Amino acid sequence: MTRMMKPTIPDRSADAQVEVELTVNGETVHRTVSVRMLLSDFLRHELGLTGTHVGCEHGVCGCCTVLIDGKPGRSCLTLAAQADGYTIRTIESVAAADGTLHPVQQAFKECHGLQCGYCTPGMVMNILGRFEEKAPLDLSDDGIRELLSGNLCRCTGYLNIIAAVRRAAELLGKTSA
Amino acid sequence: MKPSIFGYEAPTTLEDAIALLAGDTDALVLAGGQTLLPAMNFRAANPSLLVDIQHIQSLRGIAVGGDAIVVKAMVRHREFELDENVRRANPLIAEVVQHVAHVPIRNRGTVVGSLCHADPSAEMPLLLVLLDGSVIAQGPSGSREIAAEKFFQSFLTTARNHDEIVVEAHFPLPPAGAGWAFDEVTRRHGDYAVVGVGCVLSLNGGGRATGVRLAACGIADRPIRLKDAETILNGTTLGASDLDAAVAASVGAVTQPDDINVSQSYRRRALGTLIRRIVVKAAQRAEIVA
Repeated sequence: MTRMMKPTIPDRSADAQVEVELTVNGETVHRTVSVRMLLSDFLRHELGLTGTHVGCEHGVCGCCTVLIDGKPGRSCLTLAAQADGYTIRTIESVAAADGTLHPVQQAFKECHGLQCGYCTPGMVMNILGRFEEKAPLDLSDDGIRELLSGNLCRCTGYLNIIAAVRRAAELLGKTSA
Repeated sequence: MKPSIFGYEAPTTLEDAIALLAGDTDALVLAGGQTLLPAMNFRAANPSLLVDIQHIQSLRGIAVGGDAIVVKAMVRHREFELDENVRRANPLIAEVVQHVAHVPIRNRGTVVGSLCHADPSAEMPLLLVLLDGSVIAQGPSGSREIAAEKFFQSFLTTARNHDEIVVEAHFPLPPAGAGWAFDEVTRRHGDYAVVGVGCVLSLNGGGRATGVRLAACGIADRPIRLKDAETILNGTTLGASDLDAAVAASVGAVTQPDDINVSQSYRRRALGTLIRRIVVKAAQRAEIVA
């Protein structure tokens, strides 16, 4: 019934604000944001880091994957408010300062692992996170498919993406454990 | 697809978190957020306040004890999956957790959060029921232990009161030398199970099964222990006719009606197939370690 009544207009923004301080690509950033701001929107709108793409906004497509304290995670399923104190890495930090591609990016280029490229930043961050993790890697076909299972490519270029993971592993000297 | 307006608090003590919940009947606990945030982005959940428990130090860590593994509320799925002591104490756990969504989701989502969400197709509730585990819920008037079979009441419904926080879950260890197995049928890798089945059993000197535990998810409004099948299988050599009888006694437990993905009869067939496969696999492992 309360929803039917005329709402009372609050004397300050109804959208609660919170201060956050986090490290993004090695830089400390400080902002006051709406508590309902998603980390994906924070990176794109507040920091201008539009390399993190937004697809489904419910955790299914994997486009918005970034490294959260070193581990791949969905920036659309994390609030900027939650990320206070976190260390975030986005796709903008992956290539060298002079533009030299990271081996994972190089592998995507060599293997034609991208068509429209919309899903690629999420793919790269997920692969990078898994390569850097202590857990054993499985670079069999099944293992690579499992590694990529949380990232959708709507151009459906999966075979070349699988080849890119294998090539990236080769470039980085990674082997199955 | 953005969440509607809500308040946010990130207390550092359990007492403060419980007080915040007690003070607002539309408040919800935020742990990993891997189920809650999609629900909020869809506007399927509209809490007035989120109580983020990630900064409460006492809610962190896994303890492997002599008879149970204790998982605190902020333990992420991936932590549970990769913990070396957990793998040694009960290898079934990694086999089950690997079926939860994808690694990026498991890096954030919590085990206890999944238990509290109580999706009847989810793997963590099944694991707690299979192992006869329990949770500790703490509220304004103290804490209480709730057994798994009491905790899961219905679809997305548990025995947790609004002003309680489940601070830890207890996963009892199977007997030494027991065999174990879990598998599920899904439409796509990482999806919720259409049907999942887990089993723990021991074999005695004569190769006969003892202490059989069998549980399924995806078949009813909560994870279900298949006790009739357990009774049938105990004392047998797990031959084809024993498995047939166990399957026949279990299909009636499938009460989930036809849905957009599969029919009820398909679920029954999938349950039967999984029971046969999982019991045999558990028995093979029991022979190896016994």
